[in-house]
Amino acid sequence: MIAIEGVTFSYDGAARPVLRDVDLHVEEGELVVVTGPTGAGKSSLLGLLNGLVPYFTGGHLEGTVTVGGLRTQDHQPRELAATVGWVGQDPLAGFVTDTVEEELAYGMEQLGVDPQAMRRRVEETLDLLGIADLRGRSLRSLSGGQQQRVAIGSVLTMHPPVLVLDEPTSALDPTSAEDVLATLARLVHDLGTTVVLAEHRLERVVPFADVVAYVGTDGSVVAGAPASVLATSPVVPPLVDLGRFAGWEPLPLTVREARRASTTLRKALSDAPPPTSSRQRGWDGGLLTARGVAVRYGPLHAVRKVDLDLPAGSVTALMGRNGSGKSTLLWALQGSGERHGGDVRVLGDDPATLSRKDARRRVGLVPQTASDLLYLESVTAECAASDAEADTAEGTCAALLTRLAGPIDPATNPRDLSEGQKLALVLAVQLTAAPQVVLLDEPTRGLDYTAKTALAEVLRGLAREGGAVLVATHDVEFVAEVADRAAVMAQGELIASGDVRQVLATSPAFAPQVAKVLGQPWLTLRDVREALEDRS
Amino acid sequence: MWALGLAVAASRTFDVLLLGLVIGVAALMVAARRPVAPWAMSFRLYLWLGAVVVVIRVLFGVLLGGASTGTVVLDLPQVPLPSWADGIRLLGPVTWESLQRSFAVGLQLAALIICVGAANSLANPRRLLKSLPPALYEVGAAVVVALTLFPQLAESIGRVRRARRLRGDTGRNTRALRAVVIPVMEDALERSMRLAASMDARGYGRKGSASRGSRTLSGALLLVGLMGVCVGVYATADLTAPRLLAAPVLVSGFAVAGVGFWLSGRTVGHTRYRPDPWHGWEWFTAGCGVVAAAAFFGSYELDALTLAGLVVAALPALVTPEPTSPYAALHATAAVPAAAGVAA
Repeated sequence: MIAIEGVTFSYDGAARPVLRDVDLHVEEGELVVVTGPTGAGKSSLLGLLNGLVPYFTGGHLEGTVTVGGLRTQDHQPRELAATVGWVGQDPLAGFVTDTVEEELAYGMEQLGVDPQAMRRRVEETLDLLGIADLRGRSLRSLSGGQQQRVAIGSVLTMHPPVLVLDEPTSALDPTSAEDVLATLARLVHDLGTTVVLAEHRLERVVPFADVVAYVGTDGSVVAGAPASVLATSPVVPPLVDLGRFAGWEPLPLTVREARRASTTLRKALSDAPPPTSSRQRGWDGGLLTARGVAVRYGPLHAVRKVDLDLPAGSVTALMGRNGSGKSTLLWALQGSGERHGGDVRVLGDDPATLSRKDARRRVGLVPQTASDLLYLESVTAECAASDAEADTAEGTCAALLTRLAGPIDPATNPRDLSEGQKLALVLAVQLTAAPQVVLLDEPTRGLDYTAKTALAEVLRGLAREGGAVLVATHDVEFVAEVADRAAVMAQGELIASGDVRQVLATSPAFAPQVAKVLGQPWLTLRDVREALEDRS
Repeated sequence: MWALGLAVAASRTFDVLLLGLVIGVAALMVAARRPVAPWAMSFRLYLWLGAVVVVIRVLFGVLLGGASTGTVVLDLPQVPLPSWADGIRLLGPVTWESLQRSFAVGLQLAALIICVGAANSLANPRRLLKSLPPALYEVGAAVVVALTLFPQLAESIGRVRRARRLRGDTGRNTRALRAVVIPVMEDALERSMRLAASMDARGYGRKGSASRGSRTLSGALLLVGLMGVCVGVYATADLTAPRLLAAPVLVSGFAVAGVGFWLSGRTVGHTRYRPDPWHGWEWFTAGCGVVAAAAFFGSYELDALTLAGLVVAALPALVTPEPTSPYAALHATAAVPAAAGVAA
């Protein structure tokens, strides 16, 4: 179905190619997962399939790409629309119309499908994706998971034999992500569609995959059966990590397989001391205490009566569905967002009544689109500006940045940094004011495993120094890695809060993979490793 | 269409009171029939723009002087200019009449802007696309995408300004402006690139089955026709232009463009999903606008005829049914605080 032969691709002005000598063959009806570190060329590889690379992005392409018998060199992306359905990273940015039904029909209008057939296909697609009740809704009013499914539907109506998706679940909460992936698996099984998707968080997609293609930083692509590629890949889900650690053969890819393989390990762990972990201890009062916080948008109660304590020396994870009020709560706690009721105290003062400069000395917030805070041409200028804003000694921010992200060329334009480096820069800018409490909104979006581990280390460091950290995130494995405490929000209310082991392990949606395999107190491979080392 | 009629009406008069009434009618219409949708929020911005235009026009009136006759309100020293700038006067005595005139001209422009603003906040630009002839589809799509940029920009600015507060920066100097403009521009650029990629990947702009020759012909016909229409409209609006240029050119321009539309529409390779027919109320609303414009052609002053026109123009605000909007869900369900969070 897809044949990529001897492809080397480089962007104009780039020193080295993004993809080098790529050979990849995909049979009809296969589900291919493309993975690899951030910035390694996953999106470029996907773009090759419908000609957006190089027609749209520019750059130099060698070799041939053939999809469904059509060479992309001879056909523009628009001519390939009926063969390859391409869904970009942010579904909302790619919507052309404004209601669900019209969006589904848009592609067919371009192809000149007969109106009667069009009507029928729209209905079929609505049913196939389970979004029939959303048909008249505006696209903006949908939740993230629904938007992603509409985006998939909008290309499915053209009946393409190949579907290409760029990180379809990166912005979704665990439940929506599973919905979308289940939809894709169904397309592969029921319609024989060939699906190619890029993904950072492998833990959910690997069970569905027929082929895993790993894009390395040098532009090489290794493809093969999931078990064989993951056995050597540096980027692996926790389950595979556990399998490698325990030496299971063949490598388990699903929780079910792992549970069956893990009987001996579980027996060994039952004698081991449970992971009390160095982080678990009594919390002495809150650095930040919030009581009865409420925020309304018109008739909508975004946050209702939330009580929250952030003790010194702790990392708290804030979880919950897309749109459950997490971001709104963070902004209200920082004092910049609106608050219609309740009380927030940080070291005795309410940050909303302090001047903005004083407020950020107590509570720093890294917003969801972190790049909103960056506006200068170079990292140096950005750091200097932030030192001036915080009235601190020159070089504070630059020193922080080096500590967070290692050496970064100070002349780089912040826009050219990788996602992880950008986040580190914004975090450094906010930490320059030395806040006691740090809030982060979805920091793991677009980060690979390496960058996430680095971020987890930084946040643990902040907590060790006596600060309090609150992270809103969908990434369960990241929470298991970094947090001491967890809080779950639903419809603006805090429905659970407490020790991370209790909150996570008892919930089927939020349980990390290791907990699903080994049962309650074990959240991460580190827990297991430490317990076994203690014993021996 | 309705707003267009009102705008035509506004361009026909300099009477301050009447212009005020036109603006009032536009505002009433927006207040009464504004759908719950993102683009509906932009009307206030247009009102501000209108006010700014009036102020600027009056300031220019004062700065460059004008008619030197009439009651002097404020005697400013005149700035002597070199002889080559003869005919232009800097400052100088400000007369009540010139002030009045520049105010009226400014208000006329403002009324035009506000009428367009009313159209923009009332009509869903994408629905407009459905009413266009097929030949104009691709141009129309480009225009609509451009139009939707405005509300998105507003949202983006709000988000970035909020983020600025996190850096403790409350300054109002040029640096602060730059801190807002650069991330917003970056955001807008990135977003439009993504949209373009998505449209391209979904077959926007596929070639139809038309041969090269027929495409050139229909393109040329369209171009000539539209130019004719432009000249005709200008001549109709500018009362000093020769009358020959007005109606005849306008009509023949429409005719030529019509043939072009028909020719290229025949070979267009795409179809419409559930076309959006005009119902009685849509025709009624548009008709009211036309009646208002016609009334203003009959008279330039405030009298029974123009007043009647305005009353007719205001009718749709009161009698047409409430619009149903897919965005109604935006305020009703709890599934959207994410959007609300971004917007606030």
